[in-house]
Amino acid sequence: MKVVEVLGPGCANCRRVEANAREALAIAGVQAEIHHVTDYREIAARGVLATPGLVIDGRVVSTGRIPSAGDIAAWLTE
Amino acid sequence: MTALPVHRTHVPFRAVAPVVVVAWLAAWFVNLPLANWAAYDLLGLERGSHLGDAVAFFLLDVPKVLLLLLGIMTVVSFLRSYFPPERMRAALAGRGTLPATVGAAAFGVVTPFCSCSAVPLFIGFVEAGIPLGVTFAFLISSPMVNEVALVLLWGLFGPGIALLYMAAGLTVAVVGGLVLGRLPLEKWIEPWVLAVRAGGGATSLDVRLSVEQRMRDAWTSTQELVRRVLLYVIIGIGIGAFIHGFVPTELVAQIGGRDNPFAVPIVVAIAIPLYSNAAGTIPIVEALLGKGMPLGTTLAFMMAIVAISLPEFVILRRVMQLRLIAVFGGVVVAGILAVGFLFNALGI
Repeated sequence: MKVVEVLGPGCANCRRVEANAREALAIAGVQAEIHHVTDYREIAARGVLATPGLVIDGRVVSTGRIPSAGDIAAWLTE
Repeated sequence: MTALPVHRTHVPFRAVAPVVVVAWLAAWFVNLPLANWAAYDLLGLERGSHLGDAVAFFLLDVPKVLLLLLGIMTVVSFLRSYFPPERMRAALAGRGTLPATVGAAAFGVVTPFCSCSAVPLFIGFVEAGIPLGVTFAFLISSPMVNEVALVLLWGLFGPGIALLYMAAGLTVAVVGGLVLGRLPLEKWIEPWVLAVRAGGGATSLDVRLSVEQRMRDAWTSTQELVRRVLLYVIIGIGIGAFIHGFVPTELVAQIGGRDNPFAVPIVVAIAIPLYSNAAGTIPIVEALLGKGMPLGTTLAFMMAIVAISLPEFVILRRVMQLRLIAVFGGVVVAGILAVGFLFNALGI
């Protein structure tokens, strides 16, 4: 089971990333838990400087942009 | 290997780009004659009349501002994607105070930044040992020498005023950063920020974006920007059109004029609550400048609108005490007032 973390204080962009991540799971046919990390301490501890950020299994794959569902699906199956 | 179902087909951006550029240029050049034709011929309004001039101003500026935002912002967002904050942090860490401060102010022009990222960015800088003054130089320049403001200034006033604005904004950021760097402010940062350790500070971001992805991102974020500011733009141009057609020049010159020592502080006070409406405010500024408002007052007004953001101050409260936000805001306001007074005194 993969762990997908969406990093962001809960702004509109962060919710879009979360929605795209859910769509990506369906596209890739991958099982994963999605966590939304809103605590700044936690975000900073992952070394992310620009929100929204996306972390898959501890690997920071995207910061400061809204990746498409297709992008996220590709990272999930890498 | 699992085959991914194709869920949307996209025409590649690089294929449509030339067509879009030609269409954009055609729209840009047809805008003025079309606006004049619509106002004076189609609607039959009289040239030089109050209403005729106001309507022509409105019909000219709405498409013009939208074209500028859609076209130039897409290009700017694309170029900006090559300057992520992580790269900036790596470039600034460990440099001397002056080069780091100048560098942070310059990065503020190109680095994509929104106020919701102010906190993670601030923590990341503190954690990398970048001095507080350098961080503040970035936090001043990033919203002030804001790409929306620059693009609209360039399109509506020409390169002279846009570059003057950029130079003044960068100067405020550098001087403000140097001043703040000399003050003992670290004690007003929330203690937990200083305790964050992000595994050596290096970000493990190793995914590279393709040109196509960057183009798509640029277009998506531009569409969002335009959607967000559209209403303000139309209201702002409406007010600008009213000023252009109906407000007498003597009135503007009298209130905002060089002889009124309170003009600069008054416009700064008016501007503070107008944050995030830069796109809607520039058409008003355009009309005021056309009515003889001096350049210093005008620049101070613009800067105060984009640089002093109450929502950003609220967000920064998470990582710093109110006293530090007050000192930061005070230095920015002082810098803006200095720009206003200086340009008015020079009589440009």
